Amino acid sequence: MIALLHRDLRLAVRAGGGFGLALAFFLIVVTLVPFGIGPDSATLARVAAGVLWVAALLACLLSLDRVFQVDYEDGSLDLLATAPIPLEGVVAVKAAAHWLTTGLPLTLAAPLFGLLLNLPGSAYGWLILSLALGTPALSMIGAFGAALTVGLKRGGLLLSLLVLPLYVPTLIFGAEAVRRGAEGLDATTPVLLLAGITFGAAALLPFAAAAAIRVNLR
Amino acid sequence: MSLWEYANPKKFMDTSARLLPWFTGLAAITLVVGLVWGFFFTPDDFRQGSTVKIIYLHVPSAMMAINIWVMMLVTSLIWLVRRHHVSALAAKAAAPIGITMTLIALFTGAIWGQPMWGTWWVWDPRLTSFLMLFLFYLGYIALWEAIDNPDTAADLTAVLCLVGSVFALLSRYAVLFWNQGLHQGASLSLDAEENVHDVFWLPLVVSIVGFVLFFVALLLMRTRTEIRARRLQALQARERMA
Repeated sequence: MIALLHRDLRLAVRAGGGFGLALAFFLIVVTLVPFGIGPDSATLARVAAGVLWVAALLACLLSLDRVFQVDYEDGSLDLLATAPIPLEGVVAVKAAAHWLTTGLPLTLAAPLFGLLLNLPGSAYGWLILSLALGTPALSMIGAFGAALTVGLKRGGLLLSLLVLPLYVPTLIFGAEAVRRGAEGLDATTPVLLLAGITFGAAALLPFAAAAAIRVNLR
Repeated sequence: MSLWEYANPKKFMDTSARLLPWFTGLAAITLVVGLVWGFFFTPDDFRQGSTVKIIYLHVPSAMMAINIWVMMLVTSLIWLVRRHHVSALAAKAAAPIGITMTLIALFTGAIWGQPMWGTWWVWDPRLTSFLMLFLFYLGYIALWEAIDNPDTAADLTAVLCLVGSVFALLSRYAVLFWNQGLHQGASLSLDAEENVHDVFWLPLVVSIVGFVLFFVALLLMRTRTEIRARRLQALQARERMA
């Protein structure tokens, strides 16, 4: 499983994967928002929390169809399915690799982009914490969506349609945590709920995703 | 005699052919009685005027929108566990009815909300959850349409339905956490202290029964169509082989 993780990470970094792409996409969305709603600092500060979370979510979505698609096309997924490690483990490792190449960089870069949007000072801690706790759920849910659509020729658009509604609870709690942070309130409750979603998704969704892959490989 | 006998498509077709006219007839009668009674023979509400009458469409369709999803969940589970094709086809047949009910509930709600709340749409928890439900139906139907192999499609949509149900429920309560709303609370429960007055309640119950019967009739009809389509495919495949 460690070897698989290394392989996926190397592929993502070297083979023109989504590594830098997600981050660049995040930056572009955050840059576009002030053009859309005007340069007024007070307005930007009000919407910053939501914009950062929605942008992170869309950036995550961008590289999702690569999670299983390439392996499916060249047959590695068949090998992985017959390998001695359980398919559930493969799914979890793939989701972890996706998180390490998109979610983690996004989390680390988010404070910088928060500055661009004039996010109030009290929110930065909550921003990092909520993204660090929430983006693994995004990767895991996304891996489930990718597993459902892996057999399809043009699954990309369908993938977003399936995955985005599933992202709603994560988005609500994540953005709420940052918003409360921005108003100087305590955001423990939404952060705890967010952690609950992440751990619940990490515990249960690999089984659903593995079942979907088995169907698609049939 | 057990329920599982109807997993046999032949048996299902025979029985549903006999039941269908009854459900259609009863649905027509109850819908006409409930809606006409509700629209023309109930007093106007003293504050809401005649707009109150939209509940005879709004409440039943909203209830059906949720219940149809639950029915799809149950049939998906049966398909995953016992591999009965009729069950998977019933789930497939129910989804478009469910999404239509969701749309009816959303639109009638908007039409009522405009004069009463002064707005077509607010990000109220109930309204937002219904929009989410609409998106879940949309994804479910799109997945059915996207996959060619019927068994693969049935499996994947069933898995999506299970996971989607968990997340739909999660979204429901997450949305409640996110915003408190304008929509009134439950006022039809059998155990509640304060409910809608009998004058409105009785025709409403008739309408709800009508919607349920209407759904069953549509469901039987659509499932029969799906089974026939499947048989047609099999026949065509056999012809190509020969």
